[in-house]
Formats: sequence, structure tokens, C-alpha cells
Amino acid sequence: MNITQFILVAVVKIVLAIWLLLTAVAYTVWLERKLVGHIQNRWGPTRVGPFGLLQPLADGMKFIFKEDLTPPHVNKPLYIAAPMISLVFALTSIALIPVGGWVRVAGVNTPLEITEVNMGLLIILGITSLGVYGVALAGWSSNSKYSLLGGLRASAQMVSYEVALGLSLVGVLILAGSFNLREIVDAQSGTFWGVIPRWYIFRWPPQIVGFLIYLTAAYAETNRLPFDLPEAETELVAGYHTEYSSMKFAMFFMAEYANMITVACLASLLFLGGWHGPVAGPAIVRAVLPVFWFGLRVFGFLFLYIWVRGTLPRFRYDQLMAFGWKFLLPLAIANVIVTALIVALRS
Amino acid sequence: MAPVATPFFFYLLSLLTLGSAFLVITRRNPVHSALALILGLLAQAGLYLMLYAPFVAGVQIILYAGGIMVLFLFVIMLVNLERAQREEQFNKQWLVGILAACALGALFVFVFWKGSGLFPTSLEPMAEASNTQQVAELLYGPYMFAFEIASLLLLVAMIGAVVMAKKRI
Repeated sequence: MNITQFILVAVVKIVLAIWLLLTAVAYTVWLERKLVGHIQNRWGPTRVGPFGLLQPLADGMKFIFKEDLTPPHVNKPLYIAAPMISLVFALTSIALIPVGGWVRVAGVNTPLEITEVNMGLLIILGITSLGVYGVALAGWSSNSKYSLLGGLRASAQMVSYEVALGLSLVGVLILAGSFNLREIVDAQSGTFWGVIPRWYIFRWPPQIVGFLIYLTAAYAETNRLPFDLPEAETELVAGYHTEYSSMKFAMFFMAEYANMITVACLASLLFLGGWHGPVAGPAIVRAVLPVFWFGLRVFGFLFLYIWVRGTLPRFRYDQLMAFGWKFLLPLAIANVIVTALIVALRS
Repeated sequence: MAPVATPFFFYLLSLLTLGSAFLVITRRNPVHSALALILGLLAQAGLYLMLYAPFVAGVQIILYAGGIMVLFLFVIMLVNLERAQREEQFNKQWLVGILAACALGALFVFVFWKGSGLFPTSLEPMAEASNTQQVAELLYGPYMFAFEIASLLLLVAMIGAVVMAKKRI
């Protein structure tokens, strides 16, 4: 592959990935409004297009044409930078997430991700851990008490749950022996006795505990109910984005949903076998089916997110902290020790 | 793929590290200092990457830039900055500071001058995939004792912080 081809392929993949991600973000918002509507015995959006399917478009237009208000009391450079930081880190992590195997288009072999890195998982964790600055700085630079409280809660919460989140992945890493997401997924291909897929939650030692810890910590990391303390409407108006309006608010919104999608992608890749699934039929179907299986898993996680949001009430702040440090973290450490022991004794 | 334009990236990252370190000590607003420090830590992670140590780079980003600095910022955000900025700095130790900095600088120059054989001029590219394993084997093999002492020190600091923060235990 020469350099022109390399750049061309990279640009095409970047544009495609960002476009896909932003579309997915827009329709996750639609899905959430629709589902939560039905959970609460309402209709959700119905006016714009069939089933309200054009609602994201209308929302986007509205965000763009709203007045972009900058309150006089804010710390201006950081106030403007904060939503950018949030969105940039939320969109960057998608670059390292593989959505399928290798494809061959017009004589060029390329993996279905923007770039393949051996340390993929580590870098994704790094990028998501930097995303908290957007929220923290938004809270501080807004110079209002609700925003500050929201920002403080967010940074404390995200740092606390990041520990449990990171440790919950160690079990899978011990079994896979690699940080490379593609290798981790490839290690999960095939089935036991032709029935049970060799996903890490079904392996010996099973990573089901790690999976549940990851799922719980992921809700806290993305500030979703039942852990959406940073923007608890009943106490903090809107938390860290109280002072934001128009597109700047929309950027926080997009970052939150993009993070949800990233977290869902990671969960499917690490615990549920990524894009592996029954594949049959002509060549073109064989090429597309893995991506479909992967998308189905991600959709399942997003559905679960919204379902939980419509079901569970919000935690109190001290409950959240106690849960993270006194329950999730010890459980995650125990999971690491048990997994390591079993693997060491077996080898 | 072979590395491209390594001198350019080395100088860029070094410049970023030094520039942000300079900003850390010259900014009057502590939040800006903290942000400059974050930038410096990220640039350092880049330098680790150039030394074929991706695991160290990743840990640097996750722990220092993404963990410890968040807590720094957390504390700074709670301080009333406007009042703190008006107050005069009471810590007048610039003379001692300059002396210490000069001594350290002289030591660096001396080591660079005399121990030129200590530093490899070029680095063999290492297998990226086994980097984590190599780090682990070093930590739990020859450097086990130092590693355990470091963790003990951290435990002592943690207990000390709890004792100081809690009135009743």
C-alpha cells in the first residue's frame, strides 16, 4: 500500500466512522425519547416524520438556531473550551474500536476500524479518563454554584468508578493476554459443543462478575441514571451544563451519547465476543453479517441503558460513593484474584 | 511500519513539556497551572511512546493525566481563587529555590558531560505487544523489593491522610 492510498483509506474511514457515530448518537436520542415515552405510557416524538423519525434533524436545527448565550460572569476561555474537550475525547475513542474483521475494497485490504493499535484498550481507557476534564472545567468556569457542584460531583464520581471499571477488565485481559482489541475478539471465536459461544462471560473462569461490574461502572462513567448525580435536576437545576445554551449544550449532549456508544462497543468486544456470530450465504452477506452482529449487541446495550433509565430512581450521593468504593471495588479485586489464581493453577 | 520524523516529534514533545512546565510555575491562576501540568504530562506520555514503552505511556495518561490531576483540579476548584490571587505570597524561598535548581541543573550537565556512554544513542525497536509482560516481569522479578516498598509507602500515606482528615476513627 503506498502513501496516497494509505491517506485516502484513512480519510474515508475517518469520515465514515464519525458520520456513523454522529448518526447513531442522533438516533439513540430518538430511541431514548421514544422508549422512555412508552415506558411512561406516553407516545414520545410523533410529529416530525413517520414515528417521529426526523425528530433528531429538527432537534439539530433548533440547537443551531438558538441564541448562544455566554453569561457575563464566566471564565470565558475555559467556558468555551469545556464542551470542546468533552466532545473531542468522546469522538476520539471511536478511532480505536474495531467493528468487524478485515475487508478488501478496490484491491486494498483494510481493518474495519480507523487505526489498529496493539495497546488499543489501554489507549481507549486513557482517552475516556481524560473526558472528565470537559465536565469538571464546565462546572468550574461557569462560575455558578449549581454548575460547580455538578462539576465536583462529576469528577469525584468518574475518578471513583474508573478504578472499578479498569479492574473489572483485568480478568478478560488475563485470559486474553493482550491489549489488542482484535486479538481479544478473535480469542472468542467458535463455540463449546456447537451451542455455547466461547465468549469471555461463558469461559472458565467465567467473567460474568467482571461483566456486571463493568456494566454498573459504565453507567456511572457516562453519567447515566441511576448515577446521573452530576446533573440531578431536582437538586442542581442541570448540574455542570446549567449555564450552557445552544450548540455548546448540544456538544455536551452529543458527548454523553457518544460515550454511551463507546462503552457499549467495549462491552460487546470484551465480554460478548465482538462481531462473532453465525455467518452464512454469499460473499457479500458474509462480509456484512459480522458488522450486523456487532451492531445488534451495541443496540442491545443501548436499549438496556434506556430501560434502566426508565426503571430505576436516582441514587443519593453518599450511596453512590459507598457503593463504588465499598462494594464494586472489592468485588472487582476479588474477581481479579480468583481469575488469576485459576489461570495460574491451570497452567 | 518504520517510525517517521522522529527528531521532529521528539523536539515538538520536548518543547511542549518544557513550555507547559514553564506555564505551570508562571500562571497566577492555579486552574490554568493545573491545565498546563496536564498538557505537560500528556507530552511526556508521547515521549514514552517514542521510547517504545506504550504501557508506561498508557499508564501515565490513565493515572497521572486522567486520575491524579482530576483530584488536583478538584481541590483547586474548591478554593476561593479570587481571594487567593489577591493575597500576597508568603512563601519567600526564591533564593533557596534558585540554588537548588542550579545545583540540580549542574548535576544534569555533569552527568551528560561525563557519562556519555550511559545513554544509548539509538534504540532498538522492541516488540510492542510484549511490553506489558516485560514491565511486569521486571517489577515482580528483580525489582520486587523496591516495588513492594513503594506500595507500602503509598499505604502509609493513605492511612496518614485518613487519620488527619477524620476527627474520630
